[in-house]
Amino acid sequence: MTIGYYPGCSLHGTGREYDESVRAVAGALGLTLREIDDWSCCGATSAHSVNPLLAVVLPARNLALAESAGMTDVLTPCAACYNRLARSEHAVATNPELAEKMPRLLGRPFSNSVHVRTVLDVLRESLPVIKEKTVQPLKGMKVACYYGCLLLRPAEIAGGDDPESPTFMEEIVKAIGAEPVTWNLRMDCCGGSMSIPHAESVVRLSRAILEDARSAGAEALVVACPMCHSNLDFRQQAYTNKGETTLPVLYLTELLGLALGLNAESLGLKRHFVSPAPMLERMAVAAKEAV
Amino acid sequence: MASTEGGVKEAPRARTLSEEIYRRTGRQPARCYQCGKCSAGCPMAEETELRPHDILRMVGLNQADRLLTAKSLWLCAGCETCTARCPNDCDPASVIDELRSMAVAKQPDTLPRNLMAFHRSFLDQIRAHGRISELGLMVSYKLRTGSLFQDATAAPGMVTRGKLHLGAPSISGVEEVRAIFKACEEEER
Repeated sequence: MTIGYYPGCSLHGTGREYDESVRAVAGALGLTLREIDDWSCCGATSAHSVNPLLAVVLPARNLALAESAGMTDVLTPCAACYNRLARSEHAVATNPELAEKMPRLLGRPFSNSVHVRTVLDVLRESLPVIKEKTVQPLKGMKVACYYGCLLLRPAEIAGGDDPESPTFMEEIVKAIGAEPVTWNLRMDCCGGSMSIPHAESVVRLSRAILEDARSAGAEALVVACPMCHSNLDFRQQAYTNKGETTLPVLYLTELLGLALGLNAESLGLKRHFVSPAPMLERMAVAAKEAV
Repeated sequence: MASTEGGVKEAPRARTLSEEIYRRTGRQPARCYQCGKCSAGCPMAEETELRPHDILRMVGLNQADRLLTAKSLWLCAGCETCTARCPNDCDPASVIDELRSMAVAKQPDTLPRNLMAFHRSFLDQIRAHGRISELGLMVSYKLRTGSLFQDATAAPGMVTRGKLHLGAPSISGVEEVRAIFKACEEEER
């Protein structure tokens, strides 16, 4: 199957290992990703904070490019990009007046025919292939599945999942043998882009999330958003410096890649601030004992 | 309504905040019955003076002066939890976005410095390159705020992990992106 691909700016920078692991996993599952040619930034938090119309039109340029390239579905791994693209798709679909204005504002034809999808939605559809291709089941590994906010917004769509009681991520980690823990803050926001202009909020929110996951017995936190990853992984540098316990934060696609037998380096696991190496060693020992 | 009595034309009544928000979003903030569900789930509520349900109430009371200068608007993280949980479809997240956009147009001197510097730096990057260079964003933000040392120790770690690109991104459709900014700015006016 071929699907359109919108990496977004973070996946070309701080979220590089997310891009690497999405591509590696897609390849292993037989999914061909076709990157939208000449894609532009979705506008993220800043566009909707100062000009709500710009926040609809900037992401729509990418939908229009995908449409003219003949794509029907676009995979958007970044939760923040997903939110902006899906909101744009939804706004145009539900507002005929806006739909009529769009080609003029975009400067190109646009009929809003492309469907934006989360990584969870696309992977869940591949569950049978995932189960079949799992060569290294992560038996007994306890993980906290963290959705955060934007993977499930707009709530009318919620990436196809339930906005208040999602299950997609747990379904996927169970399929590769891991054990999702039950915890409280799996849908609470980490503070997102506040990380730069209001870091103290992100420090407060991410600490609460990590502590809750750890007290529920998780050995790792699993995410599907480069902003969540940065706020939860990079911000733990401060903990290491103070000698506090840390919790590895893995992209869902990295975890999946390990189960599919892909090597840790190709999944970008060396790019983290909190090294997942001790956890991976424990995993390898457990796998040997199981043989 | 305009009246022509005595030949003196009365100025048309200015829209209330509720009416203006309805015009822009199609949502009815007046339907808010103050259940507080939005504020109960708001991750920023413990840091803000005004919580989402306070903001909705003040919109209903047409308190534009107080609202458009409130720092609380700018502390919204945009997680949309309030909107997801509102039982009356008031969409507090979009109401806050519209209030911010009105504040930018009407009260530009009262906006919180760091938060605005971030948004301006971010949008400047898109206008310049069509995409965000995270390094360019940080440099622009630091120059605007003078916070040269905040998170500066992070840079070497980012570089060794291959997470920080030194070159600026570029796309061939950058003029098209600039035209989108222009068209949206004119339309919102």
